[in-house]
Parts: sequence; structure tokens; C-alpha cells
Amino acid sequence: MKCQHCERPATFHITELTEPTGPHIVHLCEEHARIYLSQGSEPPAPNTLAGILAKQLQLDQTAEQLAKQDKKTCPVCGITFAEFRKVGRLGCAYDYECFKEELEQLLVNVHGSRHHQGKRPSRHVAPPDRQQELIQLRRQMQEAISREEYERAGEIRDRIRQLEEDQEQAD
Amino acid sequence: MKLEELAGKCGQWLKGSGPESDIVISTRIRLARNLADFPFVRRASDDEKVQIVKMLRGRIAKLPQWEQTAFWDVEELEELDRQFLVERQLMSRELADSDGDRAVVIDPQERFSLMINEEDHLRIQVICSGLDLESAWEQINALDDALESKLSYAFHEQFGYLTACPTNVGTGLRVSVMLHLPALVITREIEKVFRSLQKINVAVRGLYGEGSQFMGDFYQISNQVTLGRSEQELMDTVREVVPRIVEYERRARFFLLKESEQDLHDEVSRAFGILCTAKKISSEETLHYLSKVRMGVNLGLIRSVDILTINKLFVHTQPAHIQKLRGKHLSVADRNIERASYLQSHLTPKRDSEEG
Repeated sequence: MKCQHCERPATFHITELTEPTGPHIVHLCEEHARIYLSQGSEPPAPNTLAGILAKQLQLDQTAEQLAKQDKKTCPVCGITFAEFRKVGRLGCAYDYECFKEELEQLLVNVHGSRHHQGKRPSRHVAPPDRQQELIQLRRQMQEAISREEYERAGEIRDRIRQLEEDQEQAD
Repeated sequence: MKLEELAGKCGQWLKGSGPESDIVISTRIRLARNLADFPFVRRASDDEKVQIVKMLRGRIAKLPQWEQTAFWDVEELEELDRQFLVERQLMSRELADSDGDRAVVIDPQERFSLMINEEDHLRIQVICSGLDLESAWEQINALDDALESKLSYAFHEQFGYLTACPTNVGTGLRVSVMLHLPALVITREIEKVFRSLQKINVAVRGLYGEGSQFMGDFYQISNQVTLGRSEQELMDTVREVVPRIVEYERRARFFLLKESEQDLHDEVSRAFGILCTAKKISSEETLHYLSKVRMGVNLGLIRSVDILTINKLFVHTQPAHIQKLRGKHLSVADRNIERASYLQSHLTPKRDSEEG
């Protein structure tokens, strides 16, 4: 059998399974097979988080809205939405509440869904406010230390210890 | 356990005993989990990272499955040892290169490992030989349940298990099946196969994860999304697609045998010859030829060596492994010499005095 594009013998017999009309077979020599296979093989635009976010934000919002959104800050870990956009990593679990609206849209773009299915912790999940309190207190303690307010830092540390002990007992 | 002890051995998953293991090297599952009461790793202070490691180490020690495990403080490991664990597939390059308190916990049989303070507080990993999603899931699910009984995970009613990067949220599950596809590479069909995969929600990566090259004709197939589908559904996408690729590879091998057995036999034998006789050889070159030899052994064209030996050599000839096995730091040039002698001693019939 000859190659469909030249006189050389066809050594590649390629069956296209993705054609909408059903399987489709082409017979090609080595050189034409290489050309055929490299067609349209450019990788698709990178699906990076930053790329998806940028696109999503451009579509829906004015510059003014964007600037406002960028300033949104998580009260627990202190990360701003702008920082998240820059590094693509969130600061703490509470960010999922704090930036919920923005994240939901992103999750739909990335995963095609905004609702978890599947496994969940079998034991009781600690109430979110308790968890956040610890994160927040640790941050406040660090800030107090850096401002050299040692008395205040000491008070916060006692409160943290108390909470940690309560939790260990609950375990 | 010492790293030197690990170096001479090989992980369960490399034994080549699992289903379809002529083509499917391994099935790996990882779960990303975070603690509810600490900020995510990137946002955690040095002090908090220390607390996280300490707390996790303490809690894990109480679990029966973790009794035999070895714990390594990554910060304390020298660069060679970090590289060694990365080559071993027990820890990620990211964990090796990041900073602050972080750790890796390893099962001595290398069936599972745990990274602490990588991108997420916990990354649990299970590796099985061949295509074995059921067994990998069963194991990791049990490990996760046990950890969860001692820890309070960050979990959200709507979003599921919360992760530092929203691309992992929900199940936190990544299934990666590593395939050896030399015949699809030779017949230049590989790109076409993968192009067709882009439509079905799976990602293709090289031997060492994201952004890595397709070295030694190894390709990893993994699920792309983590949210909105159950673990079983996510595994199903991979479960459905892998046998198709395996079938393409088998057909390509059969085609090569039928159309040009002599050429193929010549190519794999030459590759074998180079590995057996070279006096210095780089790791890239080694991977390249080992890949051909592996196919040659699987097709019965090379009979003097078994598949387990070849599987082991893929890992043991990596740069850090050669140095750990020789027990010293070596320059690139010296490594190439040692690698050649190591290959020779494992691929050619042993004489009495030779090392194992």
C-alpha cells in the first residue's frame, strides 16, 4: 500500500478514534506520518491558577471592583486577596469563607463544581470559630512580641495553652 | 533505619508483581490534608511549623500502622540525602527545597510515606506495584482514617478537605499511574494518544511529577480535578483510561515485533550491550538504554536478566543513589564511572568476588 500523500510505501496505518463520524484510517509513509501526527499537537494554553483567575476577573469586573476585591483581607491569617492572586496559595482554612464568592467562581472554572462529594471526617469536625480562634491568637501573640508588648503576649499565650489543653482533652 | 540501609534495598512497588506490571510500573495515591488549627504552611511562622511537626510526630507515634516507620527531619538532612529520597519517590522536590521545619515519615517497605509541611500540613502517599487502584485506595483510606482519629482536619461542609491551593480542594486526592511506553514512543504514536486524553480530564506528567521530562519513556497519568466527584469517581476516570493506553502500547509492541523484529531485537541488544560494557555513562543515557532493555526483557528478546533487576536499576543508577550505594560524595565524572561499573556488575553474570 502506498502513502496517501506520496509514492513511498505506507508504513503507518493510523486509526483516528476521535473523529465524530467514527473511526477513520489513514495510511502514510514515515515522513508524512510524522507531519500528520505533529499537526495540532501544540500544548493547550497553560491552565495555571493565575491564568484562570486573571481571565475570570477580567471578564466580570471593573478596575474599581478589582482594586476593592484585592484589598479584601482575611481576619484570621491576614492574607489579602491580592496576595492570594499573586502566589496562588491560600493562607488558612478560613480563607474559604472569607473569599468564598471569588473562590466559588474559580472552583467552577478549575473543577467544574463548587460542592464536595465523597469522603468526610467520621468524627465531629471542631466548630470553625474554635479553630480560627487559635490561629488568630497565635498571630496576635507574634505581633505583640514584635511590638515588644511582652505582658500582652504572655496573656495571649496563656489563652492559647488553655485552648490547646481543652482540645487535647477532647481528643 | 539509616538511609544507607534503604539505598541497597528496593521498594515493594518496584518488584514488578502487580497487575499489568510489564507496562504499568506503579499506582500511587496521595491525599492532601491540613490541620484545622494552624494557618496553611506558606503562611505559618517558623515557630508554628516547628509546633506542627512536633505535634504530628507525637500523634503519629500512637498509631499502630506507624510503629515501624522512620522519621526524618528534612532540614537536618544534607542535600545528597534529600536528593536520594526524591529519587526514591518518597518525597517531593518541593519538600526537599523549601525551608522551615518539615519532615518525611517512611514505611520501611516503602508502601507509604507522609510529608509534613510541604504545600499542605500533611501529604499522605501510598505506592503499589502495577495497576492496583483498589489496593492503593484501601491502604490510604485506612491510613487517613487512623490519622484523622488523632487530628482535627480542616474540613468545610461545602468545599470538603481544605487545601492551600484550590486546585487540590475537595477530596485532596491525586491518583498517578506510572506507565512505561517505549513502543508508543518508537512508533511516534505517543503524542496522539495523549492528545486524545486531554478530553477526558486526566493529566500527563514525566517521571518526577509536574514539569518534569518524559525520561526513560515513563509517563504518569493522573486525575485533573479533585472537587465535585467522589474518590471512587475520580479513580474511575483513571481506571478507564489506563487499560486503553496499555492496550495501545501492547499493540505497538506487537506491531514492532511483526513488522521489524530484527530491527527491534538489534536495537534492544545494542542498548543492552552498551549498558553491559560502557566504562562511563550518564544517568540520562542510562535511562534511555534501560528503557529499551526493559522492553526487550518483557518481549523475551533479552533473557539473561530479569525485570526486577531492570526496575531496580532505574532507581539505583540515579545520581544520589550511586553516591549512597558507594558511600561517598562523587563528582559527575566519577559518578559516570561508578554507574557504569554498577550496571556491569548487575547485568553481566556474577563472578565470585564481585559485589552484589
